[in-house]
Amino acid sequence: MANLLTISGSPHVSTNQSINKIMWGVVIALVPTMLVSFWYFGLGAIILTLTSVIACVLFEFLIQKYLLKQESTVTDGSAVITGILLALNVPSNLPIWMMIVGALVAIGVAKMTYGGLGKNPFNPALIGRVFLLMSFPVNMTSWPTTLAQRAILPDVITGPTALGIIKEGVAKGETVQQLMHNVPSYTDMFIGNMGGSLGEVSAIAIILGGLFMLFRKIISWHIPASFILTVFVFTGMLFYIDNTKFVDPVFHLLTGGLMLGAIFMATDMVTSPMTKSGMLLFGFGCGLLTVLIRVWGAYPEGVSFAILIMNALVPLINKGFKPKKFGEVVNNG
Amino acid sequence: MKTFKLGGVHPKENKLSSNQKIKEIGLPKTATISLTQCLGASPEPVVVKGDKVKVGQLIAKGNAFISANIHTSVSGTVTKVDDAVDASGFRRKSIVIDVEGDEWLETIDRSTIINNNIVASKDEIIAKIKEAGIVGMGGATFPTHVKLMVPQGKKAQSLIINGVECEPYLTSDHRVMLERGEEMMIGVRILMKALEVESAYIGIENNKKDAIDYLSKLSEKSLGIHIVPLKVKYPQGGEKQLIKAAVNREVPSGKLPIEVGCVVQNVGTALAVYEAVQKNKPLIDRVVTVTGTSVKNPCNLLARIGTPISMLLEEAGGVPEDTKKVINGGPMMGKALNTLEVNVVKGMSGLVIMPESESKRPSTANCIRCAKCTFVCPMGLAPYQISLMTESGNAALAEDERVMDCMECGSCSYTCPSARPLLDNIRVAKNKVGLIIRSRAK
Repeated sequence: MANLLTISGSPHVSTNQSINKIMWGVVIALVPTMLVSFWYFGLGAIILTLTSVIACVLFEFLIQKYLLKQESTVTDGSAVITGILLALNVPSNLPIWMMIVGALVAIGVAKMTYGGLGKNPFNPALIGRVFLLMSFPVNMTSWPTTLAQRAILPDVITGPTALGIIKEGVAKGETVQQLMHNVPSYTDMFIGNMGGSLGEVSAIAIILGGLFMLFRKIISWHIPASFILTVFVFTGMLFYIDNTKFVDPVFHLLTGGLMLGAIFMATDMVTSPMTKSGMLLFGFGCGLLTVLIRVWGAYPEGVSFAILIMNALVPLINKGFKPKKFGEVVNNG
Repeated sequence: MKTFKLGGVHPKENKLSSNQKIKEIGLPKTATISLTQCLGASPEPVVVKGDKVKVGQLIAKGNAFISANIHTSVSGTVTKVDDAVDASGFRRKSIVIDVEGDEWLETIDRSTIINNNIVASKDEIIAKIKEAGIVGMGGATFPTHVKLMVPQGKKAQSLIINGVECEPYLTSDHRVMLERGEEMMIGVRILMKALEVESAYIGIENNKKDAIDYLSKLSEKSLGIHIVPLKVKYPQGGEKQLIKAAVNREVPSGKLPIEVGCVVQNVGTALAVYEAVQKNKPLIDRVVTVTGTSVKNPCNLLARIGTPISMLLEEAGGVPEDTKKVINGGPMMGKALNTLEVNVVKGMSGLVIMPESESKRPSTANCIRCAKCTFVCPMGLAPYQISLMTESGNAALAEDERVMDCMECGSCSYTCPSARPLLDNIRVAKNKVGLIIRSRAK
């Protein structure tokens, strides 16, 4: 018998959940999306994803070891997620060195300067992406076509995204109906056969990953549902008002980074609100800003900016939206 | 199936001893009876060294309003009235008795005949319960007679009986319901009479189907007693959660259950009430579950108050070699013992033994703001926020976050994927805020 008993405060048991399980669960959820990107964009996609992941993990390791001089936590999987998400947010022909710069900004600036996992106010992968977009606008907006598209039209190597076609066309005075002939079919959009960032093209693969995370209770439905529903309702209203200027809501759901953003980026635990009511508001804000930027902003796509702006509001949302307390609303009929 | 709505977790149940019949263990050579066995003021000893006592004799009298009498559970000679470490881990005044024979007071009815004829009046019942030193047997040890004295202006409408036993491992209430169900049901009727209520609800979690079936059958004979099967969810045994689950009423923050017309009593308490009122037997023994994954014979033991726990541990097959933690109570809210040289007290529902692998907390990591703690808090608090307040030296701010609503169920710490010491920090905040509130009252 041991002479010394362990003394500690209750509870004496704990869940088998851990940061590692949550983070590696997200990585598993990202696998379908990665596979689709490899299928449609080929070797370039594989190299970019590997570069991004290795760079993110390495930067986190080096910063923790040599700058912060703390125990390394790279095995928790969060740097791997940042690496994958960052790669999924860039075009497949991005130069490797730019990918590495993006990884340095995502991990070095957006995550480690705040103190590492859990302390960062903004989604690191999104900061990395927006940094690249502003620094290298040409590279970040030349969208290679998919390998399947090239089989049909071998000369077209790059082209604008569907959102870009509509936005530019409408600005020139063309109607949405005319422009719709130039964009891929909804079926192609749904499975991912269209130009765009690596990971944003396939709605079905992203939804599959989202369902897995819901099942594993890594995310709750609140943010994705309110985000996507807001975009759908808002763009639906615009479409109803004038369908020559505004494109239909299904188009908005299937194009750009909406699915990837709503399911994988806005749901980031660290940078989203702490209550269900707060999450609903957060998703609503993301959706509203996305549509505002897409329809009236300077960029054709606004998901990254929308999420980052809402990230900044999270402390305020947490302050205003406390959990419903027991014994507060008393209905004792 | 009914349950409470807000928060809650479902830890692994591990009810290893649920099929083990209650076994009475023998008398100790010496009984050490702590005088701190109830919430409120400790009773004053009424015996001195050298006194001869008989089983059931009063040895300490509770004079304060919130206090409970203590009777000797053994016969013999008082050898010491002095401080000794008790199950709380502190040195507390205790009465040590050398056991000689097993001689009971003549007034106690020791027959096993079940007496279901309740003749005592409301006031007589409360007086008898007070005399018998009955406290809440679920572990909170609040004096039962005080709970039965409904404050002026309030009216009790229903009695809620707590047969939930939501703590993992513990099975003592389960066994009491199965083996002493008939007597316990009479105890419930006595409590109903004392409160002058027409209805009683016995809440039992669905992992005790045999108890639900058995008591449902028994309740057909007693008008007004309803069995409420509940979905398994921790902390359903919390008073406020049980009231919400059983009769869908919400006790306002900072108020007692009587505010919504409810009084909650544990099944073990109901049994003790039966014995006190019908058999004239004070509270001198209780059922203790001795269990753990490494324990050879997990069991439910009927032990006299003051019995050294080493006797109980021996009965369960001895303390395993790799034991590193012994918990007084369940693993969610129980207290880790710092020594095994302690004795059974009225509030000891179980002893959970943990080997080294289970005894250590996982190492902590940064809070990843997953918000799981706010989702599982049954009181709707934001544990991460209160914890941060303590860590940053601002525990006083936690008053506005309603930290005093926290009942320390531990769901937040249990569920945290970063294994942060949330409840530890909340306890610090509660302490600080409690001091502030008390100083304000002066």
